[in-house]
Amino acid sequence: MTDIGWRQSEVRISLAEPGDYWRLLKPRVMSLVVFTAFVGMIAAPGPIDPVLGLVSLLAIAVGAGASGALNQWWDADIDAIMTRTRSRPIPAGRVTGAETLTYGLTLSAFSVMTLGLAANWLAAGLLAFTIFFYVVVYSMVLKRRTAQNIVIGGAAGALPPVVAWAAVTGTLAWPPIVLFAIIFVWTPPHFWALALLKSEDYARAGVPMLPVVAGEDATRLQILLYSLLLFPVGLMPWGLGFAGTVHGIAAAVGGAIFVGLAAVVFVRREGAPARKACGRLFGFSILHLFTLFAVLAGERLVAAAF
Amino acid sequence: MTPTSIPAETGIRLTEAERRARSSRNRAIGLALAGLVALFYVVTLAKLGLHLPFKG
Repeated sequence: MTDIGWRQSEVRISLAEPGDYWRLLKPRVMSLVVFTAFVGMIAAPGPIDPVLGLVSLLAIAVGAGASGALNQWWDADIDAIMTRTRSRPIPAGRVTGAETLTYGLTLSAFSVMTLGLAANWLAAGLLAFTIFFYVVVYSMVLKRRTAQNIVIGGAAGALPPVVAWAAVTGTLAWPPIVLFAIIFVWTPPHFWALALLKSEDYARAGVPMLPVVAGEDATRLQILLYSLLLFPVGLMPWGLGFAGTVHGIAAAVGGAIFVGLAAVVFVRREGAPARKACGRLFGFSILHLFTLFAVLAGERLVAAAF
Repeated sequence: MTPTSIPAETGIRLTEAERRARSSRNRAIGLALAGLVALFYVVTLAKLGLHLPFKG
């Protein structure tokens, strides 16, 4: 045999750069996961070796990135349709679906095993459940079937502080469940504010986001209701005594502004003012969540220092 | 059995872009593997430090 029979036209040589594989991890989502997990770790009682703490955070981050890659593998068809996502590595043709699937599964396995070895197997099991929930329950089952997709699917994004708490303590308790509840209730108004701005995109891709299915007015009402619910939930760390007065004030002020901005979204329904109101709520929602978690971590670090 | 050979004119010739992309992927994989070795090394040291306290 002297000719292996390949022809240039039959062989696909990848043009993917490492940056494409980095983008498959959804780095912006990953940074939020790292931050909330870090706060969950700081809030947890008891010491953790700094090296093991850092490795645990890295494992949680990689697990989140892996689920982002698996989500892009599954959603490549709708990503190619939506303007917001059509330049992602798979729809852009730089990485294949099979490569992404392998990459995501490998990173998932490594992140779970690493967290189990560095911290404990409760945390590793919770991380595995988080990945499963995001990829299978949210991406494969809910996203294309129900307008409640991001409400239920939001649980996956809310779990990282719980995983981090478990990594430190080896158990679960009310404080991480409260942190979970804050992110869980925050997620719908945050994403629906964006969905109101991008509803045409979602409609074209056939994703049943609330504005597409129930209409924009119903979405504005739901945003307002969830914002009202977020106000007391944000105060729970202070109310239950595992956060201080500064956190209570930040939660009250931020929660009130959040409700105010949601009320503006509810009232302004037409044209540029409506779009501006949605954009402001979306931007503030990120700041509010960041503040709630940063103040909690700040209080713990100050208390530990003095 | 004759050893397999790929005649120069029928073999796969990478373009400059393909060669550059493959090279950067190889470097990234190498760094990731080295990082994993370092990671498990420090985790092992930290775990030993936690579970095997030295008695002086």
